Amino acid sequence: MSAAEELTPATVSSERKSRWSPTLTIGLILVGIHVVLALLTLFWTPYDPASMTGGRLEPPSFAHWVGTDRLGRDFFTQIMIGSRIALIVGAGAVAIGAAIGVTIGLLAAFATRLLDDALAATLDILIAFPTLLLAMLVVAASDSASLWTAILALGIAMSAIVARLTRILAKRVLQNDYITASRTSGTSWPGVVVRHVLPNIWPTLSVNFALQFGIAVIAEASLSYLGLGAPPPNASWGRLLQEAQGTVYTAPIGAIAPGIALVTLVIGINLLADGLRDIGDPTRRVSR
Amino acid sequence: MTPLLSVDGLTLKTGDKTLVSDLSFSLGAGERMGLIGESGSGKSLTAMAVTGLLPKSIVPAGSILLDGRQVVGTPERTLNGLRGSSVAVVFQEPLTALDPLMKIGRQVAGPLARRLAREGKSPSRREVEREVLQFLDHVALPQPERIANSYPHEISGGQRQRVAIAMALACKPKLLIADEPTTALDVTTQAEILKLLDSLVRELGMALLFISHDLPVVATVVDRVTVLRNGRAVEEGPVKSVFDQPRDDYTKTLVEAARSFDNALEGTA
Amino acid sequence: MTLLDVRDVTFGYGRQRQVLHGVSFAVKKGVSVGLVGESGSGKTTILRLLLGLTKPAGGTINFGGSALDPSDRGFMRDYRRSVQAVFQDPYSSLDPRQKVRDIISEPLQSLRIPGAHGDAVAAALDAVGLPADAINRYPHEFSGGQRQRIAIARAIVARPQLVLADEAVSALDLSTRIRIVDLFKRLSENMTLVFVSHDLGVVASLCEEIIILERGHIVESGKTRAILDAPQHPYTQKLLKSVPRMPR
Repeated sequence: MSAAEELTPATVSSERKSRWSPTLTIGLILVGIHVVLALLTLFWTPYDPASMTGGRLEPPSFAHWVGTDRLGRDFFTQIMIGSRIALIVGAGAVAIGAAIGVTIGLLAAFATRLLDDALAATLDILIAFPTLLLAMLVVAASDSASLWTAILALGIAMSAIVARLTRILAKRVLQNDYITASRTSGTSWPGVVVRHVLPNIWPTLSVNFALQFGIAVIAEASLSYLGLGAPPPNASWGRLLQEAQGTVYTAPIGAIAPGIALVTLVIGINLLADGLRDIGDPTRRVSR
Repeated sequence: MTPLLSVDGLTLKTGDKTLVSDLSFSLGAGERMGLIGESGSGKSLTAMAVTGLLPKSIVPAGSILLDGRQVVGTPERTLNGLRGSSVAVVFQEPLTALDPLMKIGRQVAGPLARRLAREGKSPSRREVEREVLQFLDHVALPQPERIANSYPHEISGGQRQRVAIAMALACKPKLLIADEPTTALDVTTQAEILKLLDSLVRELGMALLFISHDLPVVATVVDRVTVLRNGRAVEEGPVKSVFDQPRDDYTKTLVEAARSFDNALEGTA
Repeated sequence: MTLLDVRDVTFGYGRQRQVLHGVSFAVKKGVSVGLVGESGSGKTTILRLLLGLTKPAGGTINFGGSALDPSDRGFMRDYRRSVQAVFQDPYSSLDPRQKVRDIISEPLQSLRIPGAHGDAVAAALDAVGLPADAINRYPHEFSGGQRQRIAIARAIVARPQLVLADEAVSALDLSTRIRIVDLFKRLSENMTLVFVSHDLGVVASLCEEIIILERGHIVESGKTRAILDAPQHPYTQKLLKSVPRMPR
């Protein structure tokens, strides 16, 4: 008797499909552009972001790639700084939302029936509030509007959604026999979480984080647009859009450029997450 | 006489993968045949091909003549008429084969009413209800009225499989396909269901295509078997000769395995 | 020597659904036992109790002279080292995101067993008849039978005294099942096996002793051969008669 005879057609093929996908490439390029621009602003920008370097509301030219704003400042410089702010806001909000959300979600998944029901009900109520509204409440409750209150507010607002998703995903994973097998192998509950629960909920969770990243970037832009975001001289895309409102007919580039920046980043992040999930999943890697 | 079901050179492919290749067998009216195979053998796909219920991604080639009509390449609409009148299927998992939100009585009434309509009758609701109870009684369900008024989750697995059989019988098909009908059931329930299937098929003169991986189970209900492996028929013939003197090596392995468990029970190992 | 001693164990979900009604049996070292029953017999509940996943409502389970108590950490650590399990569904019992190496070495790591884990994993793989290079693969690259071999390797890697198997061959094809039964038979020469199953044929080929369960009661127990040759209880007789046989 030999185990090799048990090979069915669906087995032991070490052939691997190309891990690369167009989705991943496009996502990587779009996000890459924003990351490079954001990092660049730490050392260099085409012009000083705060000083007048040209005429007011100049159209795009070789000197000013996307023109100037109504105070004569270089608009491309401001978009670049906007990238930095967007990335900080997205990453910061996701980090806070993930830390709080995953912890609460896991707690609920492992909790007794009563506590789980209470947590689930609370989360459902919180999720009923729009993220933006929740964030506005948090900002309003703090003394002064700053970039960090905006990040904190968005992170907290996001955590309810992350918690609910984590709870559902973890519960599904906990039903598998490999969890029981792990317990009977002598693994403690924290060990089970690290070894089995987190790796198995991560693919879905990470795609959701990317979605939330995009939502956070848009929400911060909205907060800034409403004057509740980071105060000047932080050139958030939302504030740029708000400033361009009055001149949208005479100088449309002022509204179009931050809009394009916003859209490319959000789409890029989502494509990137999709591509990375496929790579991270061993069951999708092997051709059958 | 032309057989009721004649499968000739059936090949099933999905993409560039061949799932069933060049399979041929035929089944006369009232005959009982078993398709034996393990996972990946293509036995269930063959059954689906016969009823024309293949998923769109699987492309059939060859010929399947059922009750004088070609199934391969025939549009869905035409096949609907064939199902029920010519062929009915009993599946492995009785819970998924029944609608969880519909009372048993109404579920059995569906195919029954369609058959009666086909026969040109227009029965009253009373008559249909009475016939439903008769069918439930026929498959030896206790208290048919109570069962008819229950939802699928309110009765046991064995009872659900009896209901599924009643639904298939209500169609009065010429061919009954049973796809692993007892695999999900307990041993004692399995014995009862096999006995029931056996007696009903005899009584109603239906042909039976019994699909299973379990050799002794197949042996209790059919006369002939075809053994499938990886989509190919490796051996066929009467149950007795195939199980007593298997010619193919794979069939030999299966028969030896089944016999060794038998021997362990008998203490003759 | 008695390994496991189960005394008057009861278990239920609420008052209406009593699953076990005072079950008593003993597992002796080196004597494999088959727990046979159909759905609702309570065999799965007994297994969960033996695995320390649930506490009995009444009665005691003793292992090596001390009481099995899931809340006693020190005891459970020794217990887990001595008692391992193999489950029914080889698709659900292996974490799809772990390589075979990590799957098999989990008991060694979690129980902090000293020594070279790599060697132990290689020995376990060899014992279940899988090639050494399997360690770098993922579960989905294997067939059902091979997956069950991986699960068995995980169960034996820490060299337990007792292996509890829950319908461990029921989900497998016949030609694979016979090989895995052979593997269990070989392994049971060095460790005690408690094999929970509805399949009398499998239990008859594996276990020296047999316990027949019906609706939470032990209806008959003793030497497998004696019971199969002359079943006393009507349920055992019915069960035995229901097993489909090959035509003679």
